Amino acid sequence: MGIELQNITKKFTGYTALDNISLSVASGELLALLGPSGCGKTTLLRIIAGLELPDQGKIILENKDTTNLPPRKKNVGFVFQHYALFRRLTVFENIAFGLKVLPRKERPSRAEIRDRVEHLLKLVQMDWAQKRYPSQLSGGQRQRVALARALAVNPKVLLLDEPFSALDAKVRQELRRWLRKLHDEIHVTSIFVTHDQEEALELADRIVVVNKGKIEQQGTPQEVYDHPVNAFVYNFLGNVNVFHGRVKNGKVSLGPHHVDAPDELKHAEEKPSQAFVRPHEIGISRIRSSEADLTGTIREVRLMGGLIGLNLDCEGFEHTVDAEIPRELYINLELAKGDTVFVSLNRVKVFTGDYVI
Amino acid sequence: MGLFQTKRRNILPGFGLSMGYTVFYLSAIVIVPLSMIFFNTVPMGWEPFVHAVTAPRVLASYRLSFSTAFFAAVFDAAAGLLTAWVLVRYRFPGKQFLDALVDLPFALPTAVAGICFATLYSPMGWLGETLIKWNIEIINSATGIVVALVFIGFPFVVRTIQPVLEEVEQEIEEAAHCLGATRWQTFRKILLPHLFPALLTGSTLAFARGIGEYGSVIFIAGNLPMKTEIAPLMIMSKLDQFDYAGASAVALVLLLISFSMLLVLNAVQEWQQKEYR
Repeated sequence: MGIELQNITKKFTGYTALDNISLSVASGELLALLGPSGCGKTTLLRIIAGLELPDQGKIILENKDTTNLPPRKKNVGFVFQHYALFRRLTVFENIAFGLKVLPRKERPSRAEIRDRVEHLLKLVQMDWAQKRYPSQLSGGQRQRVALARALAVNPKVLLLDEPFSALDAKVRQELRRWLRKLHDEIHVTSIFVTHDQEEALELADRIVVVNKGKIEQQGTPQEVYDHPVNAFVYNFLGNVNVFHGRVKNGKVSLGPHHVDAPDELKHAEEKPSQAFVRPHEIGISRIRSSEADLTGTIREVRLMGGLIGLNLDCEGFEHTVDAEIPRELYINLELAKGDTVFVSLNRVKVFTGDYVI
Repeated sequence: MGLFQTKRRNILPGFGLSMGYTVFYLSAIVIVPLSMIFFNTVPMGWEPFVHAVTAPRVLASYRLSFSTAFFAAVFDAAAGLLTAWVLVRYRFPGKQFLDALVDLPFALPTAVAGICFATLYSPMGWLGETLIKWNIEIINSATGIVVALVFIGFPFVVRTIQPVLEEVEQEIEEAAHCLGATRWQTFRKILLPHLFPALLTGSTLAFARGIGEYGSVIFIAGNLPMKTEIAPLMIMSKLDQFDYAGASAVALVLLLISFSMLLVLNAVQEWQQKEYR
């Protein structure tokens, strides 16, 4: 087992950052800690690295209890959101730092250090920048150097704290794919923290959704996305339309309409419910295809690249409904602002419970 | 028309005006008064000039002034770094008070400081009494001059390091720790190089201040010819004897040496800074 966290609790004055969290990460796994800001995910990462001490609980790295070890003895690679490169050292010196501070007995020779740094620089595609200083590099380049620096000491575990959030969208995407490829090559057990669900879905082997210091759900991206266990997870993983209603006699009210309740709520007593539909699961048509279709008026059309976003006023609904349709469909249907269309809600997800958006 | 096109537009407006203003004020406040030293010296002729500035007593005073100022600056660098470190890194009761104390040598008339030192270190003073038993003489010695100059130069170092130390991100140190560096290695290899330019600036200021310091030193130095006479005192004693030209000559050499040393230190700093920007 790569990382084993047992009952980690951390309280700061006034609030509980982590509430009895237990989590295992398999060797060689790339795990995403996903959650809104302030949910405790960064604190958890810092506790694994030894930069914070937990109030309770144990951290076991590769079958060794490291709970009370200082960060320098943990052999953990940490990549910071804002790179944290050493400004006064060259790229080469930055990467070599972890090797040069080893005790004399363990320290590799100069030639070995050089080889290792050069190898890492190639790995992160920065071999041209050896003699540069961090200030001469772009954000994406800096983060790659930071990654090489963290990998230089052969860490048991690689921890990345929102590694791409300070970069612009295009670079972020590029680096994301590149990191996935790199991980497939080197297979170091890694945890990365993010608040960006797309990043987590695209990059991770497994996602752990965290909220208010607790784990809400964990699973593969597919599992988490397709079978969210609660409203929070569903909502956090993408854009949503919410319809507040009630469950009653195996039916869920959805504005003036009713749909069949999901199996687990078939025999539930009457209570408030929330029905969710993702914008891209909404069908738009000029022809009514079923009884359940709603009638809507297009209030707004938004160009979103490959998709077109529509904002609709639906008959009998209090709030407007957001839909996303392929650009082709939009052109074929010759839609325009003010048009009346038929709207079908697919894959409606119903939750009951306290969580309210 | 080429003549007008070559004039590049600067993004910051008003370069001409502000530069003119700077040059004017530097001239009025620094260059013109100091040039008087030069013009006072010229009429005296080359040989009397050389004679005046190479007199053994004068040479001894230069040596003393520069060496004591140097040692005081080195001491200030270490002590100032430590003080700035404590003031930035820790929170403790009375921190504000301690922070305010640092500036006191700036505000205090230096003669007052001199008298305080003289009282404290005199053979009957609180500290002097004990030190004399160990055969350490502060009064009437070069050590005493260093003690006074350390006091005078201390705030320069603290106040130049403080802001730079405050800027150091916590993450930088955390990164070093995660890479296996001990606290000492982190300080030695990451923080110190980062603080070095500020440390150099601060101790240069302390050094420059030490060379020119007069008030506090004369009370503690005893002013023994060839032994504890500092260069500014040589100038004063020449003025006392109405030897204005001689005083100017000594001052001119002091000025030239100080200026060239400051110039070199500034160049070192420039060179230090250049690469990382």
